[in-house]
Amino acid sequence: MLWLGVAYLGALAALLITSLWMQNDFTGNIERVWTTENFQTLFTVDVYRTITLRTIGIAALVTLIDAVIAFPIALYMAKVASPRAQRLLVIAVLMPLWASYLVKAYAWRGMFSSNGPIAWVVEPFGLHSPGYGLFATTVTLAYLWLPYMILPVFAGLERVPDSLFEASADLGAGSWMTLRRVVLPMAFPAFVAGSIFTFSLTMGDYIAVKIVGGTTQMLGNVVYDNQGAANNLPFAAAVATIPIVVMLGYLAAARRTGALEQL
Amino acid sequence: MTATAISLRGLSKHYDQVRAVDELDLDIADGEFFSMLGPSGSGKTTVLRLIAGFEEPTAGTIVLGEDDVTRRPPFARDVNTVFQDYAIFPHMSVLENVEYGLRVKKVGRAERRTRAEEALATVRLESYAARRPHQLSGGQRQRVALARALVNRPKVLLLDEPLGALDLKLRREMQIELKEIQREVGITFVFVTHDQEEALTMSDRVAVFNEGRIEQLATPVELYERPASAFVAGFVGTSNLFRGEAARELVGAEGAFVIRPEKVRLDAEAPADTSGLCVAPGVVREVVYLGSTTSTVVALDAGPTVTVSHPNTDTSIDAALERRDQRVVLTWRRDHLVSLEEETA
Repeated sequence: MLWLGVAYLGALAALLITSLWMQNDFTGNIERVWTTENFQTLFTVDVYRTITLRTIGIAALVTLIDAVIAFPIALYMAKVASPRAQRLLVIAVLMPLWASYLVKAYAWRGMFSSNGPIAWVVEPFGLHSPGYGLFATTVTLAYLWLPYMILPVFAGLERVPDSLFEASADLGAGSWMTLRRVVLPMAFPAFVAGSIFTFSLTMGDYIAVKIVGGTTQMLGNVVYDNQGAANNLPFAAAVATIPIVVMLGYLAAARRTGALEQL
Repeated sequence: MTATAISLRGLSKHYDQVRAVDELDLDIADGEFFSMLGPSGSGKTTVLRLIAGFEEPTAGTIVLGEDDVTRRPPFARDVNTVFQDYAIFPHMSVLENVEYGLRVKKVGRAERRTRAEEALATVRLESYAARRPHQLSGGQRQRVALARALVNRPKVLLLDEPLGALDLKLRREMQIELKEIQREVGITFVFVTHDQEEALTMSDRVAVFNEGRIEQLATPVELYERPASAFVAGFVGTSNLFRGEAARELVGAEGAFVIRPEKVRLDAEAPADTSGLCVAPGVVREVVYLGSTTSTVVALDAGPTVTVSHPNTDTSIDAALERRDQRVVLTWRRDHLVSLEEETA
């Protein structure tokens, strides 16, 4: 436990320290001089603000899409399916997690290509594939993280005793009313638990956006490009602190809903 | 004759091969405290769930007052249920729980509040309105469940073993209180229990269930004093059963007979005048001290073993215990014997 803490927090601390160093503009070498220059650049150059907001926006959208898709599936798995069907569905939900991330991302690249399945389906209506960009990135990420939303919501709904559904009906509520007043409020912490995954995984992603995002940039790309091509590790570290700060804020908010007990 | 609250006709519920409820006919009167008593798996809970609408009957009809509700969903029936596990909504306060039924029926805010507070007062939980369910004890949750059902003023209130999870002392208190509440609100109560004492204490009438059918439908007194079958005699209170050879020897007649333990006298010798009495000598096998009463198990010379129960009014337990393995004579009045109408199988 202690070892885990040292290794993990140590890496985070190293990250923060690195973000306060700078790169020599001429030699490209890293100079261990304390400076807040990296953060000044982040806050003053418009493009970084745009990318930050875009990344948070995509993360929120992916989370919302996953929540909407996951709810009926999780509800069916938890309360409608027979025990046998339930087991099969859990396996079906887990199965995509066994496949390589890259394969799945490239599968979606194929889907969105100008002569891929999507183009093929919408062509008769005089439409084209939306192509690579924000839309394709959002869809791909929503697909990739969907199991992380379904599973906590399924577990949360399974914990709701059937008698609560019966009690609600008994007291005069129709299915819709029961869903709104009993099921959704009781499943809410489970949704928040799932959203921690979908949100944070999207915040840090840089591969999917590379594969299907076209020219779209997310925070992950900026980190990757800066420490890779530009070799500017201090600036990459500074960019990387943004998702960390956002996630800390998100976790603090999630804690208040009791979602962390659902994990 | 008062109006009928519930009328069941030919009601059946089959699960695959199991007949959980088998062609049941039953009428429950308005304002009655009606109990359905039976061992687990006897079909009593299934009948309750059929009335509530949680299960669909295989055959038969359910009439509530004047309305045939057989095919109606639970939310369109004028009945409310107190669940065995209470089924309190954990994400709502006590008051919100009680208001729920009125809220989904679009009752105005002010009326909702007044009626919910009234209902909480009925179950003596006025000061707990703002509490969360997890802050309540089992007994308090049970009261919330009761208030949540009563606030809707249903035609019939269904109670599914609501006292099962409470300890004995609390259960006794709640039995008396439930009966008082029922008298106060005047709603028909249909109470499911496997506890015969509970059924006898509270009910106007009791239906004893066995294997999906009603064995006997009677008032508590009738049920205890004149059980209709060996099953009822055995399930409601303790009873001593004589049949066949033992019946011929002890009672002097063919058939099956029951005598309650408290109706049997235990003496060292037979009384001088035995007119109108049955006399049965035997040996004391066991003496069980139960606080207010003492139970003595006697093996009769005629074969059967008989349990005798006496209040500890003036006997000392030491004297009673000394009787173990001694010869005694049991006597009981012939008119205290209950003759069972037995199927000649």
